[in-house]
Amino acid sequence: MTGSGTAVFLSELGRALPAITEGLLVTLEATGLGAALALLVAFALGLAARSRLLPVRGAARFAVELLRGTSLYVQLFWLFFALPMLGFRLEPMACGVLAFGLNYGAYGAEVVRGSIAAVPAAQTEAAIALGMGPGLRLRRIVLPQAYALMVPPFKNLLIQLLKATPLLSLVTVADLTFRIDQLRAATGGTAAAYLLLLLLYFCVAALLGAGMNALERRAQARLGVVGGDA
Amino acid sequence: MPIETVPGPEKVRFDRVTKRFGDQTVLDGLDLAVAPGERVTLIGPSGSGKTTILRLLMTLERVTDGVVHVDGEPFSHMPSGPGGKLVPADERYLAPRRRRVGMVFQQFNLFPHLSVLANVTEAPRHVLGLDADEAAARARDLLGLVGLADKEDAHPTRLSGGQQQRVAIARALAMRPELLLLDEVTSALDPELVAEVLDVLRDVAAGTDITMLCVTHEMAFARDVSDRLLMFDRGRVLESGPPGKLLDAPEHERTREFLRSIR
Repeated sequence: MTGSGTAVFLSELGRALPAITEGLLVTLEATGLGAALALLVAFALGLAARSRLLPVRGAARFAVELLRGTSLYVQLFWLFFALPMLGFRLEPMACGVLAFGLNYGAYGAEVVRGSIAAVPAAQTEAAIALGMGPGLRLRRIVLPQAYALMVPPFKNLLIQLLKATPLLSLVTVADLTFRIDQLRAATGGTAAAYLLLLLLYFCVAALLGAGMNALERRAQARLGVVGGDA
Repeated sequence: MPIETVPGPEKVRFDRVTKRFGDQTVLDGLDLAVAPGERVTLIGPSGSGKTTILRLLMTLERVTDGVVHVDGEPFSHMPSGPGGKLVPADERYLAPRRRRVGMVFQQFNLFPHLSVLANVTEAPRHVLGLDADEAAARARDLLGLVGLADKEDAHPTRLSGGQQQRVAIARALAMRPELLLLDEVTSALDPELVAEVLDVLRDVAAGTDITMLCVTHEMAFARDVSDRLLMFDRGRVLESGPPGKLLDAPEHERTREFLRSIR
C-alpha cells in the first residue's frame, strides 16, 4: 500500500469505526444467541439420546445425525431462501441464530451425552443407595460432575460458532465481516481490511476462550481435580 | 453379644433367587432369610455371589428368577393387577422402599463435587426433605461418631482412604437405614487404615439395632460383629452357623480350604 493509500485507509477506517463497532456487536449478538440456543438444543438432544425409550432415543440420534451431517452453510441458505417459499419468513438474524443453534447444538448434544456417560456408574449407584430417584441423581450428582467434562469441548464449539458467524453477511446481516468488507470496497485496501478482520476475530475468540478457561478451572477445582485450595 | 433372632417377619428373604450375567450363573436358586437386627456375614471365594446378594438388595441389579422380599413384602417385584401377580418392581414402587436400605461400597464412591458435610446432608435434604439445619446437625453427629468432626469442610479427595470410607459410613447412616449392606468395605484400603474403619463399624453394630449384611475377608471383624456366617460357594450357601462354629470347626473341606487361603 502506498503512503497516500495508507492515509486513505486510515481516514476511512476512522469514519467507519461506528459501523464496524455496530458490526462487532451484531457478531457478538449472533454468537451469544446462537450459543444460548445451541446449549438448549445440546441438553435437549443429549439427554433425549440417553432416554430409556427407544423412540425418544432414536429421534434424538436421527436429529443429531441430520443436523451434523448437513452443511451449516446449506442449512442457513435453506432457512433464508427456501423457507419463505413454503410461507415462513424469518428475519435474517433469526435465520442465523436458528442455524447456528441447531447445528452447534447437535455437536453439543454429543458433548452432553458423552460427558454424562463418562461420569462413573459408581456415582449413580451411590446415589441409588441413598434413595435418590432418577431426576435427583441426574440433577444433583451426575450433571454437576459431567459439567466439568463439558466445558473444554464447549469452549471449542463456542469459538467455532464465532468463526461461523461471517456466514451472516451472505444473508444480508450487517455483521463484522459485512462492515469490514464495506471498508475494503470503499478503500481498496484489501490486505489491510482483511488483516484487521483476522485480528478482530482473533481478539474476540481469545476473550471467549479466556472466559471458558476460567469456568473450566472453577469446575475442576470444585471436583478437586487440580491442586490449590480446597 | 449375640442378638436373639426375633420371630415374626423376616427382614430379608430370598426365594429361589437366581442371577445370571450372560451365561454365567452367579446365584443359583438361593434361599436366604435374615431376621430383623441380625448381623450376617457372607464369606467365600470371589465370584461366589456374595456381592451380588448385596447389589440385588440395593436394587443395583435385577434378579433373573425368584423374588427378594424385604420386611415381608416383595422388593424385587411388585404385585400388579387384580390378581396381584408379581411383576418386576418399577421406580415408583422401589423409591420409598429403597430408602430403608443403605450400602457402603468397596471404593467409597463419595461425591467429588461436594464437601464432606454436603456428602452426608445431600440425601437427607433432597430425599427425606430435611431442612438444611436439621440435615447438618444430623450429619455433624455422624461425622463425630466416625471421628471426622473436624473434616466437614474438607474436599473428599483430600482424605485418606480410611477417612473417605468413614465419611461413606456416615453418609449411609444419615438416611437411618433399617438394613445396612457392607460390601468389602476395607478391601480397597491400605492395611494400616483397615482398623479405623472396622472400629467405627464395631461401634455402629454395638450402638444400633440395624440389620447388617456384610461381605468381608476380615475374619476377626466377622467374628466380633456377626450373629451368623454364611459360607458361599458357586452361588449357593455351602454351610452356615455362628462365627465360632464356622470359623473354628467348619464342616466342609471347601470352607476349611477357603479359610486357610485367606489367613
